[in-house]
Amino acid sequence: MIASRLFLFLFLSLLVCFSLLSVPALSQTGGELRFCLRSEPKTFDPLLVDDDSSLSIRYLTGGVLARVNRHTQDLEPELAESWKVSKDGKVITFKLRHNVAFSDGSQFSTEDVAFTMKRLMDPALHSSTGDAFRSGSGAVTTKIIAADQISIMFPAPIAGVERLFDQVAIMSAHSPKKEGAVLGPFMVADYKAGSTLLLRRNPNYWKKDSQGRRLPYLDSIRLYIQPNRDVEMLRFKRGELDLINVIDSDYFDRLAASSPGLPHNAGASLDSDFMWFNQAASAPIPEYKRAWFRSTNFRRAVSEAINRDDLSRVVFNSHAQPAVGPVSPANKFWFDSRLKPDPYRPDFAMQRLQTDGFHLQNGVLFDKSGNAVEFSIVTNAGSKPRERMAVMVQEDLGKIGMKVNVVTLDFPSLIERISQKFNYEAAMLGFRNVDLDPNGQMNIWLSSAENHAWNPQQKSPETAWEAEIDRLMQAQASAADPKKRKENFDRVQEIVAEQAPLIYLVNPNALSAVSTAVEGADPGILSPQTFWNADRLKLNATTRASR
Amino acid sequence: MNVARKVALILVLVVCAMSLTANWLAPAGYAKQFRDAPGATPSHQHLLGTDEIGRDRFARVLYGTRISLLLAPAAALVSTVLAALIGGLAGYLGGTWLRLARGFTDLFLSLPWLFLLITVRALLPLNVSPLLSVLITFLILGLLGWAASARVLSSSADALRNSDFVLQARASGLYGPRLFLVHVLPNLKPVLYAQFWISIPVFILSEANLGILGLGVAEPLPSWGSLLRELEGMVSFREEPWRLVPLLLLIVVMTSFQMLLSNEEVPA
Repeated sequence: MIASRLFLFLFLSLLVCFSLLSVPALSQTGGELRFCLRSEPKTFDPLLVDDDSSLSIRYLTGGVLARVNRHTQDLEPELAESWKVSKDGKVITFKLRHNVAFSDGSQFSTEDVAFTMKRLMDPALHSSTGDAFRSGSGAVTTKIIAADQISIMFPAPIAGVERLFDQVAIMSAHSPKKEGAVLGPFMVADYKAGSTLLLRRNPNYWKKDSQGRRLPYLDSIRLYIQPNRDVEMLRFKRGELDLINVIDSDYFDRLAASSPGLPHNAGASLDSDFMWFNQAASAPIPEYKRAWFRSTNFRRAVSEAINRDDLSRVVFNSHAQPAVGPVSPANKFWFDSRLKPDPYRPDFAMQRLQTDGFHLQNGVLFDKSGNAVEFSIVTNAGSKPRERMAVMVQEDLGKIGMKVNVVTLDFPSLIERISQKFNYEAAMLGFRNVDLDPNGQMNIWLSSAENHAWNPQQKSPETAWEAEIDRLMQAQASAADPKKRKENFDRVQEIVAEQAPLIYLVNPNALSAVSTAVEGADPGILSPQTFWNADRLKLNATTRASR
Repeated sequence: MNVARKVALILVLVVCAMSLTANWLAPAGYAKQFRDAPGATPSHQHLLGTDEIGRDRFARVLYGTRISLLLAPAAALVSTVLAALIGGLAGYLGGTWLRLARGFTDLFLSLPWLFLLITVRALLPLNVSPLLSVLITFLILGLLGWAASARVLSSSADALRNSDFVLQARASGLYGPRLFLVHVLPNLKPVLYAQFWISIPVFILSEANLGILGLGVAEPLPSWGSLLRELEGMVSFREEPWRLVPLLLLIVVMTSFQMLLSNEEVPA
């Protein structure tokens, strides 16, 4: 009797212990993370992503073969255990991870990778992600080598091809849920257009932590669609939001003053602000002005007459670094550390101008034909930092006798002027860089490219240095050896610094804000700055209890 | 004139006088950037502190007031003259002319004026000096802002056309432009004055709207619009109340205009 009671007691005790232990396994207790998207996501199709909000959703829901670690900037295995690129750079072979399932329970296989690549490269899809894989004439093909191995063949070599797979979320070939079946840590559970998007944890997510606990820790992520940054900041301060992915320097300082510890400054970002002069042959500008803009001395003089330290300090409250070129120092591998930003030296600038026949007369700069130096800088209305920079550049250049008119235009008008009609003299804009690899800048540096801002779509390079940049960019794009690629791209950066076709001004810092309620956050410079490790984030017990 | 109107008149005169003497009251000028003191709090050197790039806010308020107060009446004059020509003449002529003018006015009023302004602004040449950009901005406002006044004037002129004294004048053999100039136009004056005064605050606010969009007066020239832009994103008014000065000035001047206007509206 006693033995049976003892047995019953032991049995019940074990049952209680087991059930207590098994609770976390059945449901996670990381809580619900809340933050804002600043616009409506345009698509949930991971292969058609082209906007920031959709990009965030793809990052949180999509499973990729390899992922760039946002902290170390190294490429790390995800759904692929390993990969190998052929010597000629035309074939990449992935060995896939075993026992991985989509959120709907269907098994992940090489067929899914083949299906995704086929769909991605379908010209009818018009996928910008797919465009990065188009290396030459001919189709991209796949070949299933074994149950867990697949090769992807390209018509021409693509340098750094493996890093491009960071952007390719694998889709299920067979699931009826289509893009609803995902391999990432979260899946879309509910969407109210213009209001909220709810992501729930993917119960089949393959990753586990060091204790063998299945990730993600969070139960869900609630995304509010909120374009107004004031409202976003207000809600963050009230504790209704847990993070703000990107904030500007004004908000950053205000937050730092009221709640130190919440804002994070990860240092110089990959983004840059710059200005350039219109050198296009078809531009409807006077010939003498075109001659100024095509003069290296003129451009370099302008560059040297701009006080970048003041721009960083005054406009960005010191949350920016003077920029040197197309690659930010934040890009650890590709940045050419031998380059330094042009120091502020208006006297040197004047000397350069004098070698081109410019001269000062009663504080006004004239060219050798007697034309007063006056031009306009267009920039987009609504961007306060850029407008402020333009006004400061206006004053800096006024000190060497240049009269600058600052014109702010609504964005569509501005784009029409700089990319179609070429009816402008100088422009100031920014470049939001999400790609570490220089291949992402091919459409800027090739003289035939549409985004070759100062003189686009040239049939053949109009200057020797542009021809040299063309050659170096193509050489780096086709070289398999990273060291060789770096040498070539370093030279491109040096030519850009020497010729100043784009006058780089500042690299703003990556500023973000994360609530103390979030555990495991480690904001970085690469997008998404605050939730790049979303599968390992969780909320503290107090916040979880209060929600 | 009652006390409130007297106070309004004094306020408007004081503001106008201060803006016209800006050169003496704020010798720092509106464009000079004190880069070592961006966003400074008020001091004896900068009475209203400095803006985000270190420009003296007091100087900018005075110069901005000068620009907005001088050019808004000019734009109002342009729009009132246009309204008198289109609305007044159509009302006087009546019949098909009146229907055509009203249709055209309705069409003009139905246009999204803000987008129209943005479009017209974008079509202008880029390389214009800030001063010219101010003139252009207010000229555009004047040229596009006639429709509402024209509607009122056409109705008034239509009523006058059928009035006894005009019929009597016609019966006496007075026709055409002479009848319009001698009998109709003088009787439209109270309406014209009212429309002129009403238009001034409308244009000041329109320029402020354009300024908030960054499309108003070109930098570094200040205007009330560009000064009001500084209030964007301001979370706490208690911390920097001096930044509200442009807004308070706008409210004071607009209220004063309205009070003075109510005096003008009373028919003689």
